[in-house]
Amino acid sequence: MPCSRIRWSILLTALVVTVGCKAPAPQDLVNGDAAKAVYVAPGQYDEFYAFLSGGFSGQVTVYALPSGRQLKTIPVFSQFPENGYGYNEETKPMLETTFGTVPWDDTHHTELSQTDGVPDGRWLFINGNNTPRVARIDLTRFETDEILQIPNAAGGHASPFTTGNSEYIVSATRFSVPIPNADVPIESFKTNFKGTLSFIKADVPGKMDIAFQLLMPGYNYDLGHAGKGPSEGWFFFTTYNTEQAYTKLELNASKNDKDYIAAVNWKLAEQCVKEGKAKAFPSRYAHNYMDPDTRQAKVEFRTSVQMLDPAACPGVVYLLPTPKSPHGVDIDPTGEYIVGGGKLATVIPVHSATKIKAAIAAKAFDGDIGGIPVLKYEATIAGEVQKPGLGPLHTEFDGKGNAYTTMFISSEVVKWKLGTWEVLDRAPTYYSPGHLMIPGGDSKKPWGKYLLALNKITKDRYLPTGGELAQSAQLYDISGDKMKLLLDFPTQGEPHYAQALPASVLKDKQVKFFSLAKNSSPWVTRAESEGNITRAGKAVHIKMIAIRSHFAPDNLEGVEVGDSVYFHVTNIEQDWDILHGFAVLGMNTAELILQPGETRSMLWIPRSPGVYPFYCTDFCSALHQEMQGYIRVSAAGANVPLKANTSAKAATQISRLKAVPQVAEHQHGAAGGR
Amino acid sequence: MTRRARLLLALAAVLPAAAALWPLWEVRLLAPQYPEGLGMRIFAYTVKGIKPNDLDNINGLNHYIGMMPIHADAIPELRWMPWILALLVLTGVVAAVRNSRRLLMGWLVAFAALALAGLWDFWRWEYNYGHHLDMESAIIVIPGMSYQPPLIGSKQLLNFTASSWPSGAALALGVAFTGAALIWWTSRPRRAAS
Repeated sequence: MPCSRIRWSILLTALVVTVGCKAPAPQDLVNGDAAKAVYVAPGQYDEFYAFLSGGFSGQVTVYALPSGRQLKTIPVFSQFPENGYGYNEETKPMLETTFGTVPWDDTHHTELSQTDGVPDGRWLFINGNNTPRVARIDLTRFETDEILQIPNAAGGHASPFTTGNSEYIVSATRFSVPIPNADVPIESFKTNFKGTLSFIKADVPGKMDIAFQLLMPGYNYDLGHAGKGPSEGWFFFTTYNTEQAYTKLELNASKNDKDYIAAVNWKLAEQCVKEGKAKAFPSRYAHNYMDPDTRQAKVEFRTSVQMLDPAACPGVVYLLPTPKSPHGVDIDPTGEYIVGGGKLATVIPVHSATKIKAAIAAKAFDGDIGGIPVLKYEATIAGEVQKPGLGPLHTEFDGKGNAYTTMFISSEVVKWKLGTWEVLDRAPTYYSPGHLMIPGGDSKKPWGKYLLALNKITKDRYLPTGGELAQSAQLYDISGDKMKLLLDFPTQGEPHYAQALPASVLKDKQVKFFSLAKNSSPWVTRAESEGNITRAGKAVHIKMIAIRSHFAPDNLEGVEVGDSVYFHVTNIEQDWDILHGFAVLGMNTAELILQPGETRSMLWIPRSPGVYPFYCTDFCSALHQEMQGYIRVSAAGANVPLKANTSAKAATQISRLKAVPQVAEHQHGAAGGR
Repeated sequence: MTRRARLLLALAAVLPAAAALWPLWEVRLLAPQYPEGLGMRIFAYTVKGIKPNDLDNINGLNHYIGMMPIHADAIPELRWMPWILALLVLTGVVAAVRNSRRLLMGWLVAFAALALAGLWDFWRWEYNYGHHLDMESAIIVIPGMSYQPPLIGSKQLLNFTASSWPSGAALALGVAFTGAALIWWTSRPRRAAS
């Protein structure tokens, strides 16, 4: 292929690649049946749910494949004014940390929970990179239920990869930092800076906790994956900056010919912790959890972790030399091959689980680092993919013996064969892919029909929108020998990574509304007649219902400037997709969006006297524009009596919906006095 | 009546007991916004939504047109009907045991009368729900429009297509009546062969 030879000649420059390599015209990129392959007719469903990390949006976006239609944004680490997440009283605690409220983060890796090494659709995990956190999203509601802060860490990048039964998810530090963090000179990096690998117990909702942390050399830890089959019981993490540079890393951290993949025997670590070989390490961190009954989040601060020094547990970690600043570490479906994505490497190195175990048994060591044995490269390597392209980053698998690796610099996906290491096919991407995703492609059983390339650069792919563009994804059909480009669609934030699973796994277990009878929020209002206004010092609590097409009460008086006014609104509808919203003139927060049967609370501190309207913000019915009310605000000390009335119109509607015996009375009258 | 005919009659007489399990009638509502449909089942002793919240949701929608909420407690017939059906079962069995064609004839006449009265009563409830609207609280007022659902068949009511059809228990009643009538007919005394 002359084109790729030219690319080789400009290794690492990543500049003009067009010399003698004319880009094909857009109409030549796809073959004729591509439209049919991705067309999902109105009213029909897609085959897959795809969960894309929102990157610097701090959220998760859900797309349908193969159509590429966006279904939802799930708020996780960032406030989300669209539905009030992180603004309303119920969800504000989700964003608490030991640094205070952190209303934004950078999400990188979505990870579906697994059973026997296969995605099972129970939960989706996602990491917050900037302020290290991991979150659990429930997939019957598409809502974030739990967030755990990771102490003794900075940059939670190698996260939240799961073990085969989601016993643990992991989080490794991107940045090494002083542990515990302390005021030290940055030049003391080599003495004072360390990394940690956290193993987080994740198999019980609401009970996420750090099982233990491994104290590691002061490198950058990049990505991880759990072993399976012959590598079962092991976890692999890539490292870079083994040079331990702390300035101008782009140069100083790229000097070593090889960095390491750290192989962690987590079963042994578990045992060492059980035997008391880890030390209780004072560490403050937040655990935030959404109570399923009250639907109110709670914060609890924890104070200690079990810190395991590898020296105290010999055999718990080995280092596998791997060229060069490896990024991804991906395990094939059989668990035998451990693929390193050396972003500056000229080959794709593949380690063998069997050879690693043999090398450990034979002590084929090349010295040690702080007591952690370094295995000989030749002793663990199964093969190298030669001339794969430039800038290999991530690899996924189709379950048919093939691997697919993204090439960031040469902007392509390369298909190669496990075992023979020969390159079978290459397909350009637009442009510079980071991760790629095959549904189940990191698991024991990939659904190897589609491949999604997640690109970092968009440029001219869509109608231009100024200087800041959406990011871009490309969908390929990989069912045949050759990869076929099917679809190109824009994505939100930066979709670092994605996971997907067949729609059938999730489609039929969606919660359609919350049972009002089971709503145990302390602020629930179950019937129109139960709404009220009460005062406790400067706090005024208003309990209110929303139903098509009114609030009750909807005329409120007795509030004074400077009061903390809490609107507790309950949507008493019990029907799917009948949502209501709530907003007050001049409020300093976001609206409430109320799912059927749900109670949400808004805090409002009025600053000046007057009458303030409120209204329903989610178009609910033909009389949506009538769904409104007023709250009167008086001067401080005005002592206007508290009043919660309903307007005449709402009152007549309410009278109809009173308790059953009264209705029966009414009924008889209307039906002819029987 | 032959022994076999009496046995079959007893069996037919017991069939109305199906009303303890199955609904008599089913009303289904479809609209663009309700592709999955809403519906209610009318039992001899109660009215229920097809899905758990259907009845509440139907009542919620009906408030737009000022229709009175449908509540089983407000319909006294639902308190009597089980007893009437029990009496029907009992007398039918007695006719079989007593081997009385006359009693059977009486049973058939009573059955038919009750069935017609029941249908008329059901129609009257539908008429009243559809016509006696609370105009004070009605939000959508279309002059001359009534909202009476059909007794049998389908009808367009604003954005809803309402379909009303007999259900399991009504079919059981039909089978019971037809069966018993056939037994009455086939067991008529024949002229002795000459």
